[in-house]
Amino acid sequence: MGELQFLTWVRGTGLNLAISIFLLGVLVRIIEIYSLGRKKDLAEPRSVAGASGMNTVFRRSIPADGMLKTSPITYIGGYVFHIGLGVVVFLFAPHIKFFQDLLGFSWPGLPSQAVDFAAVLTIVALLLILIDRISKPVKRYLSTFQDWFTWTLTFLPVLTGWMAVQHLLLPYTTMLALHILTVELLLVFLPFTKLFHAFTVFGSRWYNGTVNGHKGVAV
Amino acid sequence: MSASLEKGVRVLKEVIDAPIASYFSSCVHCGLCAEACLFYTETGDPKYTPIHKLEPMRRLYEQEYTVLGRLKKLIGLSKAVTDAELAEWQELVYNSCTLCGRCSVVCPVGNDIVYMVRKFREGMSASGNAPDGIKGAANRTITIGSPMGVKLPAVKAQMRHVEEDYGLPIPMDVEGAEYLVMLSSMEIMNFPEYLGAIAKIMHQAGKTWTLCSTAFEATNAGMQIGNSDLARVIVSRIVDAAEKLKVKTVISPECGHAYTALRWEGANLMGRSFGFKVRHIIEVLGEFQEQGLLKTEGFETDRLTFHDPCQLARRGGVIKQQRNLMNMVSKNFVEMPDAGFMNWCCGGGGGASAIEEGEELRLEAFKKKKSQLDTVKPDRLVTACANCRIVMEEGLEHYQMNLPVVGLTEMIADHIPNPVVAKPEGN
Repeated sequence: MGELQFLTWVRGTGLNLAISIFLLGVLVRIIEIYSLGRKKDLAEPRSVAGASGMNTVFRRSIPADGMLKTSPITYIGGYVFHIGLGVVVFLFAPHIKFFQDLLGFSWPGLPSQAVDFAAVLTIVALLLILIDRISKPVKRYLSTFQDWFTWTLTFLPVLTGWMAVQHLLLPYTTMLALHILTVELLLVFLPFTKLFHAFTVFGSRWYNGTVNGHKGVAV
Repeated sequence: MSASLEKGVRVLKEVIDAPIASYFSSCVHCGLCAEACLFYTETGDPKYTPIHKLEPMRRLYEQEYTVLGRLKKLIGLSKAVTDAELAEWQELVYNSCTLCGRCSVVCPVGNDIVYMVRKFREGMSASGNAPDGIKGAANRTITIGSPMGVKLPAVKAQMRHVEEDYGLPIPMDVEGAEYLVMLSSMEIMNFPEYLGAIAKIMHQAGKTWTLCSTAFEATNAGMQIGNSDLARVIVSRIVDAAEKLKVKTVISPECGHAYTALRWEGANLMGRSFGFKVRHIIEVLGEFQEQGLLKTEGFETDRLTFHDPCQLARRGGVIKQQRNLMNMVSKNFVEMPDAGFMNWCCGGGGGASAIEEGEELRLEAFKKKKSQLDTVKPDRLVTACANCRIVMEEGLEHYQMNLPVVGLTEMIADHIPNPVVAKPEGN
């Protein structure tokens, strides 16, 4: 397969396949998780302002008292790479063009230098949290194959995308094809790995906030 | 698979619900929950990371409730939960977890980890993997009526002593009283001042109250062990008593888990809501204070600090009342670092204090409380949970810290003037 054929495949069949698996996977996972339901809480509720599921969905984005100091790399690295990914994925002009072709609508992006800067920051943050995972006893202890695998799945699209834009190492076409391929791998595995927290994080925070909010505790 | 394991797995499959499925699917192994757990911070051993304490349940969830997990199980790619594994997990699920819930309030993806540990204990208990210490306490509560083996005559003896000492009647089985006052064994055996304090406070507030001869023990080891059937039996005694005596409010004693068992789990264990209210004694004192029914005299002048029982504060939402009460009778009340919502556990909640083999670890974990205390250097330590009190007294003694521990209710009562009681006629 030549590099042009490769690019054509990842842009056509590959992309369709990946998006299909992604959408189906997300649907199945959401159903298999949330259809389990939960029992009604019969205890007399105590109502307190700020103690609810919705409050926790937002509030949990901020570290609990004293936690930032104990784990600065986890928090700062986490913020930087999550926000960085958001900027790179959704505010890079060529990506917006891609979404426009797919969805039929678009939105304004950021200048490419800003996106480039965000990409570099994201790469650095991801490397930092990888080092943290290797060097911190708790993280190393908790880590399984999936943790290293999903880190790689997240890192490669950013790296290949940035390298394609910078015309590094490989011809642009090949690097672009690799970039799209790595994004497709990410999409395929996302619903079935811990990366699915991208969806369940809202449900989890909501349940936690609701269960404790019933007791009048703002968590 | 052994019969007991089969039973445990069946129970676990029943308790896994949408929140648990969502939590397991959200965990990113960031390890932040470890930093919130005193068993990790004081030992540095990563096996005490809260989310790791749930690993067998997580695998079971995956194998039973996810399409991919079921597929993996079908082709033999997944590791089944075994008896040996659950036995190994006993230390992680009981000895090193006090259900303090700190992990649940720091998890960035929002996982309510303590909610899961509570449910995991159901499976551990059903499979015969609960520690003997709590099992014994639960069985004594069922058969004798209290975890420490306290029977009604002991309560009656205490009542007589308190009546003599305080000159106030201790009512029992009074129908139509406003409050049904519950006790913990610890208070009957070790801290009889509590009962006297209640008598004084109720007398001053002009409230009617009663004890009940068929339900005086509020602690619930059935809940701590994770056996909802036992927990239900224990709670139902109190519910029956409250309904028989037609009280408006049941008062949980200075005991964290008794409060959780009655206030938050009770109705769910019984499968119906109650016609009466459940309040912790500190909430009741807070109400009295707000309504001007609590009139104290004088102040403590030594340096006091307050230890928040986890089940009262972080798990129960009662945080301001104890501070208002402290300030009502103290001129020199100082807060420990992390006090209130983020307070650190005494190390013996959730039934942990009943586990003999967990003592060494408990004392290790107490170093967290020690460091909090070392920061403020109080003259006395006040709390509102008899279990916290005993556990802290043990810890303080172990580390040779000369620091008296007192209950808040009795400290408040100390500042209520002694009533002038008319002598019964004929004397």
